[in-house]
Amino acid sequence: MTSQIGKTRVKVEDLRKLFPISKGLFRKSTDFVYAVDGVSFEIRAGESLGLVGESGCGKTTTGRILVKLEEASGGEVLIRDRGTDEMTHVEDVKDRKEFRRNVQMIFQDPYESMNPRRTVFDIVAEPLFVQGMGTTGEREQRVVDLLRLVGLTPPEPFLFRYPHELSGGQRQRVAIARALVMEPSFVVADEPTSMLDVSIRISIMRLMLELAEKLGVTYLYITHDLAVARYMCDRIAVMYLGKIVEMGPTEEVLGSPMHPYTRALLSAVPVPDPSYHRPKVEIEGGVSRAINPAAECRFLARCPFAVDKCRTDPHPDLYDRGTDHLVACHLVAVDGSWTGRERAVLELRA
Amino acid sequence: MTGTQMRPAERNLGSGDTHPQAPILEVKNLVLNYEVKEGMVSAVEDVSFALPKGRSLGLVGESGCGKTSVALTLMRLTANNARVLGGEVILDGVNLLELDKEQMRLRRWADISMVFQGAMNSWNPVYTVGVQIREAMDIHWDPKPSASEARAKTEELFNLVGIDPEMIDRYPHEFSGGMKQRAVIAMALSCDPKVIIADEPTTALDVIVQEQILEELKKIQRDLGMSIVYISHDIAVIAEITDLMGVMYAGKLVEFGPTADIFARPRHPYTWLILSSTPSITGPRRQLAPLEGEPPNLLDPPTGCRFHPRCPFVIEICRTDEPTLTEIEPGHTIACWNYTQVPVTLSRGDE
Amino acid sequence: MVIKEPDSVDVLSPEDPDALVHAEEELGESLWKVRLRLAWKAFKKNWALFMENKIGLLGLVIIVLFGLLALAYPVLRAVGPWQDDGIYDPVIGYDAPVQEFQIVATEAEVTDPTTQKDANTAQLWCFGAVPGDVCEIPLQPAPPSQGHILGTDPLGRDVATQLSFSTRSAFMLGLIAAVVTVGVATVVGSISAFYGGWVDNSLMRLADLVLLLPLIPILIVLSGLWAINLPLLGVLIGILSGFGGTAIVLKSQALSIKVKPFIDAARVSGGSNTHLILKHIIPNVLPLSFLFMMFTVTEAVSLEATLSFFGLLNVDMSWGIMLNTAQSQGYLRTGFEFWWLLIPAGLAVTLLAAGFFFVGRAMDEVINPRLRAR
Repeated sequence: MTSQIGKTRVKVEDLRKLFPISKGLFRKSTDFVYAVDGVSFEIRAGESLGLVGESGCGKTTTGRILVKLEEASGGEVLIRDRGTDEMTHVEDVKDRKEFRRNVQMIFQDPYESMNPRRTVFDIVAEPLFVQGMGTTGEREQRVVDLLRLVGLTPPEPFLFRYPHELSGGQRQRVAIARALVMEPSFVVADEPTSMLDVSIRISIMRLMLELAEKLGVTYLYITHDLAVARYMCDRIAVMYLGKIVEMGPTEEVLGSPMHPYTRALLSAVPVPDPSYHRPKVEIEGGVSRAINPAAECRFLARCPFAVDKCRTDPHPDLYDRGTDHLVACHLVAVDGSWTGRERAVLELRA
Repeated sequence: MTGTQMRPAERNLGSGDTHPQAPILEVKNLVLNYEVKEGMVSAVEDVSFALPKGRSLGLVGESGCGKTSVALTLMRLTANNARVLGGEVILDGVNLLELDKEQMRLRRWADISMVFQGAMNSWNPVYTVGVQIREAMDIHWDPKPSASEARAKTEELFNLVGIDPEMIDRYPHEFSGGMKQRAVIAMALSCDPKVIIADEPTTALDVIVQEQILEELKKIQRDLGMSIVYISHDIAVIAEITDLMGVMYAGKLVEFGPTADIFARPRHPYTWLILSSTPSITGPRRQLAPLEGEPPNLLDPPTGCRFHPRCPFVIEICRTDEPTLTEIEPGHTIACWNYTQVPVTLSRGDE
Repeated sequence: MVIKEPDSVDVLSPEDPDALVHAEEELGESLWKVRLRLAWKAFKKNWALFMENKIGLLGLVIIVLFGLLALAYPVLRAVGPWQDDGIYDPVIGYDAPVQEFQIVATEAEVTDPTTQKDANTAQLWCFGAVPGDVCEIPLQPAPPSQGHILGTDPLGRDVATQLSFSTRSAFMLGLIAAVVTVGVATVVGSISAFYGGWVDNSLMRLADLVLLLPLIPILIVLSGLWAINLPLLGVLIGILSGFGGTAIVLKSQALSIKVKPFIDAARVSGGSNTHLILKHIIPNVLPLSFLFMMFTVTEAVSLEATLSFFGLLNVDMSWGIMLNTAQSQGYLRTGFEFWWLLIPAGLAVTLLAAGFFFVGRAMDEVINPRLRAR
């Protein structure tokens, strides 16, 4: 493998996905849910980016577009090709099989993401089988190696077990083995630990980090849990109703959140410490859906600090504060910090 | 921050509490097995705890540890193959396990009610939420409430849980997920129960909505003096809302005490490891310690301490003899032979 | 972050044409053995579950008994007591015990109907008989006797042979109908669920249409157009029931599987649509398909009886024909006096249909753990 450290491995530009709202059989739909609306980010090799947000914010849809489970409505996805070492548009990948080898996904539900009628060997070897890689003996050897790699040791007794004979943690290890069996360079992990118990969750998280280092895998880690994202991701992007509202190095975003939504999200996270005094959550209500959204800030309805500009101007672009920490908020854009909020409000009202 | 800081619920029940109250709910030596084809699953083994009036108590543990079985036994709603082999559940002086079915049916909701996981999906879509709450009141109020009484009570409850009283005449599909769960809480309160059991009340909800619901529950406990039993797998949620907590592992209560004390210094190796492996958004980014192995098969639980196969501090006696709950500080009990070896600080894993 | 070359694993040579061939060859040996063992294990487990269900067991016992009955025909005809073609052929055999009757003048004088007949009636057999004569009358239908344990039918044919012979046809019919139904329904349901869109729409509207067709009148019309024999009837029932209700049920099952994450996972692995349908959707629909096989057998057996009863099928002998014979000769009017003409065939239809139905119900519980009684 050539060294790709620091090189951009995945580049997403202005990605959009609109879901039509069904109006019945013969009527053309005019209403759309803007599930993903102008999302752009880059992931560098060996880095893992966390996509964080509440349910319905578009994080999973973004992940599914990246692995071509979903067709984008607009925008571009470029992924570095392993063979040519060039950034290639996902839409015009020539070699679909090569794409599948390069880009893989780990699913949320270890119980539902495996065919109950197939054995562990079938499940892990499936990518090799459909791609016609290796002989049966080679495949078996490869599966055994992979199972050992993900900590199912000794691997042989697991080969011909069915998923229901495994515990949740073991299944998720099998799922990781399946995703890594073709040595992808980029893996989308969609809440891989959210269905697991705490004690098992940590070992899976550690395993994923370990493998990333060992195999040079880059993750897009989708999660609703900021605490998990903190441990898994070098950078995180917070999504709200199809938009990235804040993005930056994990500790930076969690330590000094800028967007009012990120701040609310952070203060709502339960903390395993009874003596911790949690800041009050400043926003109310729940997430709705972005159906034909108006040209205004997407967070307007729930934002306690909104000024006229937020209503009249379209959703703000990500504002670069210089430190790789981007925020999509008019208030922050005025002086680049949250502490100057009062001044910003005054200035924007003037 | 603008200075408004949340105060955690008053926690004067710690080790310094010198005025022990008579418990409203007491579980004594509860043993529950599930009969399956392969034999008996020892789901709850000798669990005892007491909940003082007006307090909140959390039961925390991994899936399959028996916490939900305990909750269902409190409501006498266990599955058909469950066998309560011993113990008492004393609610305000009455042993619920001795009541016949009809007596228990009348006590459910009226004396002890439950908000269970996914309860928000249990609304009947063809009736308005108000009608469904009224139905519960009609069964359990004595005498039955008049229409205006029922409405007044429902409005009061809706205000309490933070729903616009206008919503009484709306259908469940007009409520959002969080709203539905609030309405479930209102319904659980509709017959003025003595105890509410909340089994994973916020598990399916988004984090901001979860925070709102937990705030409502805290408010209900504070304002109405309600006694609440929380069941959760999420130790952070338990830290947030309970005064007392019990940690369950493989059907056994392994540690019980004031929440603040347990978090300040977990004494049982399992609690210590769970706390060590819980990620947090606060504090320095700690290396997390994984808990090796898997919970045991309760068809054939390990001999001695049920945690011994995974315990880093295992000694010989752990393999052969079962430890009993012992009080190590006032109000703080653990079941461990070798607890003195558990470090004061949390584990950092094997770096 | 340091990226190391993975040390424990080597990249496989992809798309080596020889490797592919080898793969297919090698799959024969050890892996197949393992799979057979797994299948056997799964079968044993399901069998144990099935055996717990008393209704299913009863159904199985019934089916086995009918199986023995069907086997009885070729065996007894070849080596047993039914060897005489002239007597025991279910269609052209003839045997009627002869009974002597005293002729009396008028019906009023008959004191013992088993030994006496009035002259008028006796004219049918003994032309010109007068009172005082003895008339020999062949008894058809004849009640059970040593040679004919279930008696003979109005044409003097052995009922037991007919019953045994018809059992074989019933099994054959049921099998053909079931296999065709399930084959059609599984393929239509899976394709419809998987592709959705216009494929789904057109297939399902067709299914609605077939579902709405009244099955019996359609078969009556078809029987007027063609000579329908049992295999053809089996295929027709199979197509009509497979395209109709069964396809719709199996489609909804396939639909619930299509949205499972493991389908996404297989797609991300690079699986083609054919691969997804063959390896993931159909194997998960099959258990339900087998269930419907059982119900189709029930349906086919009853339908055959109905159609034969009305004499609409081109069939030499079947349970329906047996009932038809009894009816067309007027023996249904007399209630249960000639019970051996009605009970054996009628009960056989009911019992075999019930047997398959019970097995189906029991299989339903094996397949659907939620229905399983604790």
